[in-house]
Amino acid sequence: MNRHLISAADLSKQDALLILDTAEELARVADRPIKKLPTLRGRTVVNLFFEDSTRTRISFEAAAKRLSADVINFAVKGSSVAKGESLKDTALTLEAMGSDAVVVRHGASGAPHRLAGWVRGSVINAGDGAHEHPTQALLDAFTIRRRFGRGSGEALDGLRVTIVGDVLHSRVARSNVWLLHQLGAEVALVAPPTLLPIAIDDWPCAVSYDLDAALPKSDVVMMLRIQQERMNAAYFPSVREYSRRYGLDAARLRQLPDEAIVMHPGPMNRGVEIAAEVADSPRSTIVEQVANGVSVRMAVLYLLLGGLEAVQ
Amino acid sequence: MARAAHPAGGQPGTGGDRATAPGPGGQGGTSAPHRQAHPKTVLEAAEIQRALTRIAHEIIERTRGAEQVVLLGIPTRGVPLAARLAARIAQVEDRPLPHGSLDITMYRDDLRLRPARGLGPTKVPAEGIDGKTVVLVDDVLYSGRTVRAALDALNDLGRPLAVQLAVLVDRGHRELPIRADYVGKNLPTSQQEVVRVLLAETDGEDAVLLEPVGGTSRPRRGGVTGSRGGATGRRR
Repeated sequence: MNRHLISAADLSKQDALLILDTAEELARVADRPIKKLPTLRGRTVVNLFFEDSTRTRISFEAAAKRLSADVINFAVKGSSVAKGESLKDTALTLEAMGSDAVVVRHGASGAPHRLAGWVRGSVINAGDGAHEHPTQALLDAFTIRRRFGRGSGEALDGLRVTIVGDVLHSRVARSNVWLLHQLGAEVALVAPPTLLPIAIDDWPCAVSYDLDAALPKSDVVMMLRIQQERMNAAYFPSVREYSRRYGLDAARLRQLPDEAIVMHPGPMNRGVEIAAEVADSPRSTIVEQVANGVSVRMAVLYLLLGGLEAVQ
Repeated sequence: MARAAHPAGGQPGTGGDRATAPGPGGQGGTSAPHRQAHPKTVLEAAEIQRALTRIAHEIIERTRGAEQVVLLGIPTRGVPLAARLAARIAQVEDRPLPHGSLDITMYRDDLRLRPARGLGPTKVPAEGIDGKTVVLVDDVLYSGRTVRAALDALNDLGRPLAVQLAVLVDRGHRELPIRADYVGKNLPTSQQEVVRVLLAETDGEDAVLLEPVGGTSRPRRGGVTGSRGGATGRRR
């Protein structure tokens, strides 16, 4: 494993499986009377969130606390960043406070990468612009592996994963494509042409524009969020039309193979990309994904911080 | 990038270094002929069987029928030992005996001396450990640090009535005030030696070997490869 987790594309298959297998063991901690391990006692994890986030920040906070690390939440609103401090100065401040890991979410793609060059501790990317969100991809892979009854050491070979929606702006889609491909899954993207990135040909996945054709060939359907600000930005004619063509409703759910599952990284727009009855169906893994997120982030924090300090 | 270089520590699906087999091929071909020459067999398969049978009877006797006993093996090789002891006790008492495994990696006191390693399985029987007599089972008792970690781990799982310790080999050199309740063999060793326990479940054969540290492939404190090399006797 690298010292940092910036991109899912950096993870080898072996690294990814080590994280998933570790998460599998750590998931059992949630069932114990004392949901805490002493492993990161005395280590400090800083949550540095330049963008709003509830579930990711809380998930990282819960994960760090279950490993007995000290957690500092650095909310950008009301901080010195709001007064115009640069990312580098913020980083140096955190460094001076003795942080061992920085979990960073930033609106600019590449910000965690820059940060990694300035701080001595580990940097964990919790979402940067439209670039990557590696822990989300890891928890999605973990959820898929569990749902399909595969255990420790097993990858996702042969599973067909279809990712639907706003791929262009989605860091979740990019991280998932790389990670799921690395783990042996066949990944297909389905989106309107306006919501696909230009360099999509370089991605290790198939691309199509027709959801109805893709569904019967999918073991996993991952619905991406359509962000409010995109809805009126002429990527598609109207929200209703998008929902008709690319939304997952009950009729489309029936086209899926019997054992197929439906995923969503949250937060959902019920009635836009996913119908409420689909989101609440037993096929949906949305609540599981949140619980699995804590286990996977524990595994990442443990593997990056739990051992010998990396040689600089 | 430094952490990329722990080949043994990061094997997925094997429980990391704890499962690293000491057997042939572990360190490449050159050292294999040496290894054949050096190790001394301390316990053979039949002696291991006999020792386990004796320990099983001692557990029954000491716990008055093993009514409230749970056996927890410490990965890697404590787990099959616990299963074997449970089978023997079950045979004698004519009822199943709960057994499982207890991984202690997250409780170790030397985590920061080596790269992070993969975790072994922790499987506690459904009836839990509250109010039970927990017998921890491990292959080699050396410094006592593994057992200390196991006691901490147990503490987070519940409150046993009592905790006892069964080991196949006690090789001495304790660094903590810990002793075993059941011992397969007391083996006086030098700290320069390595005790290797091989079990059919993990290594294809049953044997306990004693070998000089130089006789294998790497220096004893070279430790950043993360491997205890299956040499559970090197567990520090």
